[in-house]
Amino acid sequence: MTKDVAVLGAGMHPWGKWGRSFVEYGTAAAREALADAGLDWRDIGSIVGADTVRGGYPGYVAGATFAKALGWQGARVASVYAACASGAQAIAAARAQILAGLADVALVVGADAAPKGFFRPAGGERPDDPDWLRFRLLGATNPTYFGLYARRRMAVHGDTPEDFALVKVKNAAMGALNPYARYRKRVTAEEVAASAVVADPLRLLDICATSDGGAALVLSSMDFAQRHGVARPVRIRAVSTVTPRFPNTVLDLPDIATDSAAAVAADSESFRASIARAAYEEAGIGPEDLSLAEVYDLSTAMELQWYEDLGLCGEGEGAKLVREGATAPGGRIPVNSSGGLASFGEAVPAQAIAQVCELTWQLRGAAGDRQIAGARVGISANQGLFGHGSSVVAVR
Amino acid sequence: MSRTRTPSVAGWFIGDGDDFRLLGTRCSSCATVFFPREDVHCRNPYCTGGPLEEISLSRKGRIWSYTDSHYRPPSPYVSNPELPWEPYALIAVELAAERIVVLGQAAPGVTVADLTVGMEVEVVPGVLHEDAETTWTTWHWRPTGVRA
Repeated sequence: MTKDVAVLGAGMHPWGKWGRSFVEYGTAAAREALADAGLDWRDIGSIVGADTVRGGYPGYVAGATFAKALGWQGARVASVYAACASGAQAIAAARAQILAGLADVALVVGADAAPKGFFRPAGGERPDDPDWLRFRLLGATNPTYFGLYARRRMAVHGDTPEDFALVKVKNAAMGALNPYARYRKRVTAEEVAASAVVADPLRLLDICATSDGGAALVLSSMDFAQRHGVARPVRIRAVSTVTPRFPNTVLDLPDIATDSAAAVAADSESFRASIARAAYEEAGIGPEDLSLAEVYDLSTAMELQWYEDLGLCGEGEGAKLVREGATAPGGRIPVNSSGGLASFGEAVPAQAIAQVCELTWQLRGAAGDRQIAGARVGISANQGLFGHGSSVVAVR
Repeated sequence: MSRTRTPSVAGWFIGDGDDFRLLGTRCSSCATVFFPREDVHCRNPYCTGGPLEEISLSRKGRIWSYTDSHYRPPSPYVSNPELPWEPYALIAVELAAERIVVLGQAAPGVTVADLTVGMEVEVVPGVLHEDAETTWTTWHWRPTGVRA
């Protein structure tokens, strides 16, 4: 078990399709996190940016881009890219610097200005890139993979499209209470069922949209927090950034095939489950200790998968959990109290940071109408393309 | 038509008709199979590595899962924006001998209504798209016993 780092500040730019630069979203989120922490930007010893590959050259050097926008002040800088796990890796990098004594207080920022419609690979003829290949050869968009996972759950576990819709209904009800969410309307099961099929069996309202958005955190050493007068901060206790173990036998984006288990038998634990286990082990807790979870609901069906991967229930019991209301506010383990991606949409480098913002507000008891009573321990779970784990445990 | 038939990707499949096969590689040291082919070094972390040999994959497998695509995929997928979009099915197929799951488009005319998880399918030659000079070929999955 490692030492904790304190979360002194959290901030966001509202999600949506605003048509502005990712720099503006990230800078707004950063200023809000700094104000929340009661710190001046010049107090920050290190800035870590989560990269956005769609932001052009400045997007690839996000840390320096945000530092320039906030005003050069000489801070240590880093930029990280890990696809959808970029935000968690940015948190991990800042945390490592703090625990190593390289910085007392660090700013973590992620922001994106997403394209309309499907995410797509970078341009050019690049047949050595698996992401390019899956589009060129198969036209396999992200939702087609979500459709494969959903259909597999229906065949193996007996889940139904109605079960999937329950996830959207639950998350939309929470998103309606979140001023940072893009979609702030409740949704009915009938509306989900009436929306267009995107990738059988999933419909438009089963799948998260692409969005603009930004999120930021101010992290510090526990000593700094004490000196700053914050006696009982929300603390980050674990950050899991693990890779899969060979052979990875669940078809993962963006691959066209799995690893073969012909020579080495597959572990019974899936990659997603190993992401959570690493976080639990580092934090010295188990699923029974959780007050809430923020999971990467790229699709409604995938949220059910995360219930199982986080150990909130046994394998195949995810649908039962949502049917029982266990993952709704007031239930045993509320999931996606923020409204999740169902309400936010995806702003790739920001999302894993936004999850920790929500954990922070919930653990402070400052989440307003969507507050989970008595929240003490929260986990985020997420996965980045090309084998990036992402999970954060926060406690109060 | 005098278009040249050219594989959409080199070295992934070979042959015609009933002789059509997906091509992968196998590590001569640990026998791990790779598709798409791995030609540089064995990726089994327990293996010190050996020469990688080209192999043909099993023609038949069972459906792990399937879906379809109701909206036109973005480039680099090639489709004619002048024509109305026709959804096509995608099938992930488990090959028993290789212990691997391989994704591919379903043969034309096969829809999700024709499929179930666990159903047997076979690999068949297919066309990805055509331009003025070239017919770009690919692999398709088709339920066994069905003829185009």
